[in-house]
Amino acid sequence: MSLRIDGIGVRYGAVEAVSEVDLTVADGEVVALLGPSGCGKSTLLRAVAGLERPSAGVVAWDDEDLAGVPVHRRGFGLVFQDGQLFPHRDVAGNVAFGMRMHGVEAEARHKRVAELLELVGLGGYQKRRVTELSGGEQQRVALARALAPRPRLLLLDEPLSALDRALREQLAVDLARLLREAGATALVVTHDHDEAFTLADRVAVMRAGRIRQVGPPTEVWRSPVDVETARFLGCGKILPADVALDLLGITVPGRVGLRSTALRVDSSGTLEGVVEERVHRRDHVRLLVTVRDEEFEAVAPVAEPPALGDRVRLVVDPDGLAVLGDQADRGE
Amino acid sequence: MAHARSGLSWAFAALVPLVFLGVFFAWPVLAIVRLGLRDGGVGEALTAAPTWELVGFTLGQAAASTVLALVTGLPVAFLLARCKVVGSGFVRAAVMVPFVLPTVVVGLAFRALWPDGGVLPIVLANAFFNVAVVARTVGGLWAHTDRRAEDAARALGASRPRAFASVVLPSLLPAIGSAASVVFLFCATSFGVVLVLGGARYRTLETEIYLRTVELFDLSGAAALSLLQFAAVLAVLLLGGLARRRRETALSLRGQVDVVHRPTGGEWGVVAVAFAVVLTLLVPVVGLVVRSLSTVDGWSLAGYRALTGTGERGTLAVSGVDAAMNSVRTATDATLLALTIGVFSAVVLVGLRRGRTPWGIGEALDTALMLPLGVSAVTVGFGYLITMDALPGDLRTSPVLVPLAQALVVTPLIVRIVLPVLRAVDERLRQAAATLGASPWRVWREVDLPLAGRSLVAAAGFGFVVALGEFGATSFLARPESPTLPIVIARLMSRPGQLNSQMAYAACALLMVVTVAAVLLIEKLRVPSSGEF
Amino acid sequence: MLRHVLAAAACLSLVAGCSVSGGSAPAASDHTVTLVTHDSFVAKQETLDAFKASSGITIKQVASGDAGALTNKLVLTKANPIGDVAFGVDSTFASRAVKEGVFAEYASPEASKGAQRYQVDGSNKLHAVDVGDVCLNVDIAGLAAKGVPEPTSYDDLVDPKYKDMLVVEDPATSSPGLAFLLGTIGKYGPTSWTEYWTKLKANGVKVVSGWEEAYNQDFSGSAGKGPKPIVVSYASSPSAEIGEDGAPRTKAVLDTCYRQVEYAGVLNGAKNPEDAKKVVDFLLSEKFQADVPEQMYVYPSREGVKLPESWEKAAPLPSASQTLPAEQVSANREQWVSQWRTLVVG
Repeated sequence: MSLRIDGIGVRYGAVEAVSEVDLTVADGEVVALLGPSGCGKSTLLRAVAGLERPSAGVVAWDDEDLAGVPVHRRGFGLVFQDGQLFPHRDVAGNVAFGMRMHGVEAEARHKRVAELLELVGLGGYQKRRVTELSGGEQQRVALARALAPRPRLLLLDEPLSALDRALREQLAVDLARLLREAGATALVVTHDHDEAFTLADRVAVMRAGRIRQVGPPTEVWRSPVDVETARFLGCGKILPADVALDLLGITVPGRVGLRSTALRVDSSGTLEGVVEERVHRRDHVRLLVTVRDEEFEAVAPVAEPPALGDRVRLVVDPDGLAVLGDQADRGE
Repeated sequence: MAHARSGLSWAFAALVPLVFLGVFFAWPVLAIVRLGLRDGGVGEALTAAPTWELVGFTLGQAAASTVLALVTGLPVAFLLARCKVVGSGFVRAAVMVPFVLPTVVVGLAFRALWPDGGVLPIVLANAFFNVAVVARTVGGLWAHTDRRAEDAARALGASRPRAFASVVLPSLLPAIGSAASVVFLFCATSFGVVLVLGGARYRTLETEIYLRTVELFDLSGAAALSLLQFAAVLAVLLLGGLARRRRETALSLRGQVDVVHRPTGGEWGVVAVAFAVVLTLLVPVVGLVVRSLSTVDGWSLAGYRALTGTGERGTLAVSGVDAAMNSVRTATDATLLALTIGVFSAVVLVGLRRGRTPWGIGEALDTALMLPLGVSAVTVGFGYLITMDALPGDLRTSPVLVPLAQALVVTPLIVRIVLPVLRAVDERLRQAAATLGASPWRVWREVDLPLAGRSLVAAAGFGFVVALGEFGATSFLARPESPTLPIVIARLMSRPGQLNSQMAYAACALLMVVTVAAVLLIEKLRVPSSGEF
Repeated sequence: MLRHVLAAAACLSLVAGCSVSGGSAPAASDHTVTLVTHDSFVAKQETLDAFKASSGITIKQVASGDAGALTNKLVLTKANPIGDVAFGVDSTFASRAVKEGVFAEYASPEASKGAQRYQVDGSNKLHAVDVGDVCLNVDIAGLAAKGVPEPTSYDDLVDPKYKDMLVVEDPATSSPGLAFLLGTIGKYGPTSWTEYWTKLKANGVKVVSGWEEAYNQDFSGSAGKGPKPIVVSYASSPSAEIGEDGAPRTKAVLDTCYRQVEYAGVLNGAKNPEDAKKVVDFLLSEKFQADVPEQMYVYPSREGVKLPESWEKAAPLPSASQTLPAEQVSANREQWVSQWRTLVVG
């Protein structure tokens, strides 16, 4: 009961949108495809769904090659970024759609619709018109609709990108819970790290049509496989080991990536720096400090932030570091 | 969805309407033109100065009429598509009435106002007929588009006209382009109007072809003019197709209930204009009704009563009421046939575009479907005479030719109304349906058809009305024992006598009543399983 | 999926076809004769039924446009004719039809009862069924109101006292219009008719496309009550404009008439020539000829057929109508019409 993608490539004319992708999604697992815009992750998702024809490779479910299987027989649910709800049907009509296609009887359909709407927190919404719903509500209906026919695999294409920040965060948590409770096998495409890490059991980082690294979120976060991945994952500055030792006094086996939270203002710190710039964020203050003629990002608490030109003491926070696995293998 | 295999099967599907057109349109036309070319003299006819004057006048008056029809039809389209106003149901039916009137009658009605004829009444009369085309075609798409884009533009500071011009108009361009091309073709081939109002001075390609083919039997001259007509039509269609191609993009389609609202502020101005247009359209109509009731000695219903019989001394082969029934039956057949071919063709055209087949096939089919509108009915009719006996069962005098010929004209209308809406259906919505388990056929039924439902209904209504009022091909081909109302009207008008005259106008009134009833009935029909749409 | 669509399309078209041919189509028996006519052919159902009862022949009528259209269709389809008998080819087009070999020879016994007076030629291919004259019609009261006497000849029309009173139809698009033009050519000759028309034009003649407009809209003597009291119409038209007192409101100017004869004949290559001949006999028979005036507003070709009372009074058959030989008309028509057009319409 698992998805296996073997050497998949998709090309548009002369352009290779996806090349040589290998990936598996085990039963009940949620895998996130994380990558910047244009890296081919949506294309890969569509290839899995059957909406794109791969120019190379195999998509297999339970070791059965899906090459000849048309979209409507794969049993894969798909949630679009903008929902794509049917405007001419109400909420219940949308959610029940898949079940109707599979010939489920009206009684059973009503029950499951009610069940799913409760699950996504929209109990009682059956008769509402989809065009009256807010963005978040529409995405939840889209999710319920995709889940209703009990798909073997759930595919989500940037499901939360169209929503505002607060809603997105809330919904990510809800979605993660939902997926867990339903025991769904899912492949989520996103460009947002937070989303990926909230939802997924494993994260696959994609760039320029290829998968660069696959692993549990914390592992990917802590040990990006190369410089570009590290940059994508928030490391603004990469230092070779010796410089790191010299400047910051940390010992690392290879290169180290520094996120904005790597250095923190702390009076008990051993490092010294001068504040060059200061930007206020929601729950912290972002600083640009110079440590021995080298610029670094640092964070300070919102209460009593240092002023420009101040000398501050900094401490290294290991959570903000990423150790690059230069010689690492990109195993699954 | 994007398999090469499905692309190929769409290309094959395109053959079905193409074969229909080939057999019932291209072959007869080519046969009669070839006959003319054989006689020689085509070259001279083509290079003579009067010929080019004809072409110029034909295209010029058609262009002017098209512009006028567009300008007057757009406010009506707005009213029908977006406004919840008392009287919009009346407008919807009333705007169709001019379209069904026989050109003889309309010509006479306009001549009453401009006794000497001229270019102005020709343009006005042509526009009069065709306001309905614009209102329905554009209205069909407008009824589905989302107004949020427009609202967004307004919120960004655009004034109402600005928002209209920069947001709404571009999204309506496919429908406007469709309507314009259809109206242009109707006006360019308009016969009765030019004949009656042009007098001897103003002639178009159409009247000249009729003259040469039917009266003078100058087939080579007629062939030359037919070739010119064909070339002009083709050029117009290709230009229109090019303009359309860039515009038919996915739109966010909404249900009718969401879109219709009470007009606000400046919109009332547009609504007023729309009502004014419709009332102006009704002036000649009212005039007709008055003529049907008035006699030398005052008001009388004699004309109407006579319709239940066969008129003075059996002028008609059947009673007026029977003729009305014949009209309805023939029109129903023609509409069904046209709907089948038209919707099928629209589906194929959309499938071709989606299946990414080479650009040529879809455009060729689209243009081919429109051609019958631009070619003289006389040419087609005469072409049938020399070709239809080669098919099994001598169709030349068969009653089936009438709905066939009518369907040739109605099919492109249906395609033009339905296609923009079908093209506007977002591909991803269809993909969503597919992932939920809908087979391709089911996707059409569940997604495309309900979304295009209202436009299908509008197309059917329109096609029915066109078939009801069709005169040219019908008069050529109809059986005398089952005349349609327009033929009855023409016969009554061609006889002296007050009662005959009254009967003719009463028959016009009857035709209008049948039209309105049919339109209202068709509006009541909804595409099944379309929910609130 | 496409298969479904194609199947659905096929089914629908079958169903639709049913309602068309499910109409009142006469059973195609051995004794069916297809009669091809122009649009103005009307026959009384009783007469047709009586004919069927007595002869066993069912007449299936196919209408084909006006006389010109009819002739041209017959010529186009002469290799495989669309019917057995044709009626409606008139004097203007008769010689072309005969020349093209459209009709077959048949010496009908009924043809010597009066129809022979209007023969096209001696070939017995065409038989005159009815005679209709195109004449000027005048509105009696209208002229009296204008204080002018009724015109009695072509020459009167160029008199200034009748200025702006005449409306004529374009000979290119109208059969009565053409007949009137031919009448003037007959009267003044092929060289001087142009002078006549120049004078008519100077006297304010109005030209319209067709009889419907001229008679129903411009003529003051019809229900339309137009502005012009003189119009080109038929000798029979006054029979439809009889007032309540029984006196006709309009009158035909008998010296300005041009004779138009309508012919019928058996088509060459007809599928049922024997019965076709019987139908031609029927068209020339007393019974049918008696119906001709009331049904078609023309005069019977057969001698001795009684005209309806109202016709006796209001619409007598003109005795001195112009005619031109069919050959001459056929050869020169197009040139005359285009000359006329340049002259009168410009």
